[in-house]
Amino acid sequence: MEFIKQTLLLLWKDLLLELRRRDSLLTMFFFGTLLLFVFHFSFDLPPDRVAEMTPALLWLAFLFTGTLGLTQLFQVERENHCLEALLLSPLDRGALFLAKSCFNLLLMFLVEAVVMPLFWILFNLQGWNLLPQLFLVTLLGTVGFCVLGTIMSAITLRARARELLLPLVLFPLMIPVILATIRCMETIMSAGELGAAWSWLRLLLGFDIIFVTVGILMFDRVIES
Amino acid sequence: MPAAQPVRKRRGILGALALISIAIGLYWGLVIAPPDAYQGEVQRIMYLHLPSILAAYLSYFLVFIGSCMYLWKRERRDDILAHSAAEIGVLFTALTIIEGSIWGRPTWGVWWTWDARLTLTAILLLIYTGYLMLRSLIEDEDRAASVAAVLGVIGFLDIPLIHMSVYWWRTLHQPPSILQPNKAPWENIAWPLLIPLLINIAAFLLLLFYLLSLRYRLGEMRDQIRTRRLEQSV
Repeated sequence: MEFIKQTLLLLWKDLLLELRRRDSLLTMFFFGTLLLFVFHFSFDLPPDRVAEMTPALLWLAFLFTGTLGLTQLFQVERENHCLEALLLSPLDRGALFLAKSCFNLLLMFLVEAVVMPLFWILFNLQGWNLLPQLFLVTLLGTVGFCVLGTIMSAITLRARARELLLPLVLFPLMIPVILATIRCMETIMSAGELGAAWSWLRLLLGFDIIFVTVGILMFDRVIES
Repeated sequence: MPAAQPVRKRRGILGALALISIAIGLYWGLVIAPPDAYQGEVQRIMYLHLPSILAAYLSYFLVFIGSCMYLWKRERRDDILAHSAAEIGVLFTALTIIEGSIWGRPTWGVWWTWDARLTLTAILLLIYTGYLMLRSLIEDEDRAASVAAVLGVIGFLDIPLIHMSVYWWRTLHQPPSILQPNKAPWENIAWPLLIPLLINIAAFLLLLFYLLSLRYRLGEMRDQIRTRRLEQSV
């Protein structure tokens, strides 16, 4: 119970900061939209061809915007030695990990909720009724991304050139999530339902569960100074 | 240092054993063993390809063991072991990919293809290169050891998931040469081919441990220099 209370408290702190400054959310949202334009100019394909590439393009956009958010995730705590203060307080480190992951998840969730419909509008795609299902798969993938991303963001915290290093260590580890979400979305878009992609979805769920557990258990080793 | 003398001698013997066994293994594989019935002479790359990937897998397992032990006990030697094994693992993985490309060109017609096992090997190379980059970019040694250990554990835990996902994605590689689920090793490969292969595997493992002991000693010496510098500055 104490654990959940601490998590919510930390999450509230981050949300309040974000609400006042709106740094991460605005940059992520703007960058995500910008990527859609860049994709559109670089491919310039008819709608039926774009439909095949939609999952891949969307996930590229989410990966890049998500990484942008992750580099900022602990940046707030570095100012005025906030991180040291957090570590001195009698907090469970697992709660800190969970709060940070949830915060980044919430940001990405908001960005995705806008970018996905925008993608459909900009590329003149059909099949609006599939969006809720696609969004659900995206959400599961985003959980995996945020969980592992939070760990990696903390790991690279004290490294030189950490913004450059983060994607280098994160992306290879993210390959199961990238493959699973894109295959699930492709199946949904071609068949209208998940059908054969169930095993991919299970893989995705397994990934989420494993790394949430690993994160909660190992975060004090990562963050200690 | 008199205490280091026997260790040094043992390391020398290990190196000599590795060298001799590689020489025997290569001679057997390249000269004595008959060429493959279908692939001909080019199949002889197997005698290097398979041992190097096995050495790489073993190295990554050692990274995992070293990382776990370091997180648990916090002893320098475990961290040095993990760091050394990661470097050697990257070396053997790169070798495997190069040998595989040379083998793939005449048999499959391409240098590279996005087959499951090739992809997995490439991803392993990326993960552990990232591990080494992370280590080199953090100045505080204890901090680097600690976060690298976490990455070593997470990377290893991720391998089964990556393996599963790339397998579902696609498979083209020939099935495993020796270890297959429902057959004994000697039913998959003829004895004249199996013997040099086994000699080469043993030789590469000896080489792995020789390199590991050298690299481990280097890590120890680096630590000694660091403590001496600290003492001097105090």
